[in-house]
Amino acid sequence: MAILVNKQTKVVVQGITGSAGSFHAKQCIAYGTQIVAGVTPHRGGEKFEAAGPNGAKVEVPVFDTVAEAVKRTGADTSCIFVPALGAADAILEAADAGCALVVCITEGIPVTDMIRVRRALDGRSVRLVGPNCPGVITPGACKIGIMPGHIHKVGRIGVVSRSGTLTYEAVGQLTALGLGQSTCVGIGGDPVGGLDFVDVLKLFNEDGDTEAVMMMGEIGGNAEERAAAFIKAHMKKPVAGFIAGATAPPGKRMGHAGAIISGGQGTASDKIKALEAAGVRVAPSPAEMAVTLRSLL
Amino acid sequence: MKIHEYQGKQIFARYGIPIPKGYPCLSAEEAGSAAARLIEETKVPVVVVKAQIHAGGRGKGGGVKVVKGGAEEAKAVAVKLLGMQLVTHQTGPEGQKVRRLYVEQGLDIARELYLGLVVDREKRRIAVMASTEGGVEIEKVAAETPEKILTEHVDPAVGLAGYQARKLAFGLRLGEGSPDPKLTVSEFVSIVTKLATLFEKEDCSLCEVNPLIVTKQGKVVALDAKLNFDDNASGRHKDWNELMDRDEEDPVELEAKEAGLSYVSLDGDIGCLVNGAGLAMATMDIIKHHGGTPANFLDVGGGATKEQVTKAFKMILTSPKVKGIFVNIFGGIMRCDVIAEGVVAATRELGLKVPLVVRLEGTNVEEGKRILATSGLRIEAADGMGDGAKRIVAAVRAA
Repeated sequence: MAILVNKQTKVVVQGITGSAGSFHAKQCIAYGTQIVAGVTPHRGGEKFEAAGPNGAKVEVPVFDTVAEAVKRTGADTSCIFVPALGAADAILEAADAGCALVVCITEGIPVTDMIRVRRALDGRSVRLVGPNCPGVITPGACKIGIMPGHIHKVGRIGVVSRSGTLTYEAVGQLTALGLGQSTCVGIGGDPVGGLDFVDVLKLFNEDGDTEAVMMMGEIGGNAEERAAAFIKAHMKKPVAGFIAGATAPPGKRMGHAGAIISGGQGTASDKIKALEAAGVRVAPSPAEMAVTLRSLL
Repeated sequence: MKIHEYQGKQIFARYGIPIPKGYPCLSAEEAGSAAARLIEETKVPVVVVKAQIHAGGRGKGGGVKVVKGGAEEAKAVAVKLLGMQLVTHQTGPEGQKVRRLYVEQGLDIARELYLGLVVDREKRRIAVMASTEGGVEIEKVAAETPEKILTEHVDPAVGLAGYQARKLAFGLRLGEGSPDPKLTVSEFVSIVTKLATLFEKEDCSLCEVNPLIVTKQGKVVALDAKLNFDDNASGRHKDWNELMDRDEEDPVELEAKEAGLSYVSLDGDIGCLVNGAGLAMATMDIIKHHGGTPANFLDVGGGATKEQVTKAFKMILTSPKVKGIFVNIFGGIMRCDVIAEGVVAATRELGLKVPLVVRLEGTNVEEGKRILATSGLRIEAADGMGDGAKRIVAAVRAA
């Protein structure tokens, strides 16, 4: 089962002919993901060539629009590699074409664009993951995004995080302990994005394949505090956590657009306190994330 | 990105938001003649000389002076302000050097209000906040008397609605004490509406008017203008280049930004080079966890080139406070061999006088390790980030 993506997921890649898009589309195809279409305006009719997990040649048709790609291939999920100033438009195009899930990898989308996108998605059933995120992977079934597939292992731990490489770190630690993952979701490091911790925790809570959850938060905003409130009230499964940025100075943006302590709000210590009060076991250091999770099983 | 008050006011003027008359000045002479011109134009003998730095709290710090003695006195005040290290609650103890001034007409202030627009991350909308407590730190108001802050959220599909602006105006009891309550309310409504448009069109991340004043005549004027821009939108605002004051930026952070790197200076002595923002923060945290202190936050990103890595490593090597370096890479897109090549190239050029611990994981890791091992450099290889942090803290202590 897992959440969001599985073996049946059919993916259209927006920006498939660009350098990042083509590189990662090939990686996803090699992992076994069903990439059924690509979209780049003015490049419709071309074929995108790659090699599947068994080395067999795969030809992906390229379309001018997502609507056409969906109509012709039955794609239900989009993965976006479009440059930042065009990415908000790409999200809207995917949603309008009927994709049920949109995974936006692009970093650097202006926040006012994302505010408009969120407003446009209000009331629709489409789910957005990202932007500025590594993507979603259900190990052994479907990898949509830029995460290194080989560090993952099929299993029963759900992973959700605002960061990319810190997620790889956690997954690497879990796999090393023999703890496989049901699904790993990178929700992204921007102040305004799609699914948040609460949305993903809800999905893991209802997922029969997920036994426990590892969540990685960071400074800025109050998404972790809201997650803590949800966990306290509803979560049926054990949750381990880590919050990055305990040593970050206030007022400075730490790489991610959303990672900033402003006006005394969004500190790591407040988040850790809220999570611990909700029964989450928070790792004392980022080297002990998986060990902390294992102690809950 | 931050800009100066006078630049913010020039943008306000473009949107038809009332501001006092004023002139930016770079010297005391200019300040003197600006004062003379203002007194001549407004027939009011009072001007205000304001230090222009990218930090709030300038008034309390002594950077804003009311001058009643004409052009000569304005000039004398300017002499004192220019070149001073202005210390405010936002500058840190060393303060910020004053290089620009803004000379503005004096106004008869009846009321000082606070008006601010920010991105509300939870609501995913722009929030407009207004308060009767103008001219003081809004963080303090928010903490002590949050009921004094009124908030409306802007629906991006329709913009700030007229009724929302009126709700704020009546909530602030703007008409009370005004000789012309209708005028005061309608001017406020117009200003708030224009600011909401400006915020979106100019891609702001923060817009504050503190204070927004009501004059004794009942007119509403933006006495201050603080605009921060969303760096992600720089691609569609060519004018931001001209608005940037390089003197106000941390030179190292600016250098990093221009090289496409994300860098923040910190107070410690262990330099860090990491890929990814979350892992970079976690690396700082784990150094602290093991008793060390990080000298910087440095994220080389997911797709850095050898040149960018070389540049990044040079920045760490040339920092005088750095007593040890920890490279922590978990390569997803980032290839470990590219990191290794960059580290070796920078070290060949500048030499390596401090301990270096490298932790590599991910794509092309064997090739990366081989490049480091055959470089002839004294590099300690770490097995995981916990081991790496322990090693670098121990090495710095032993040195």
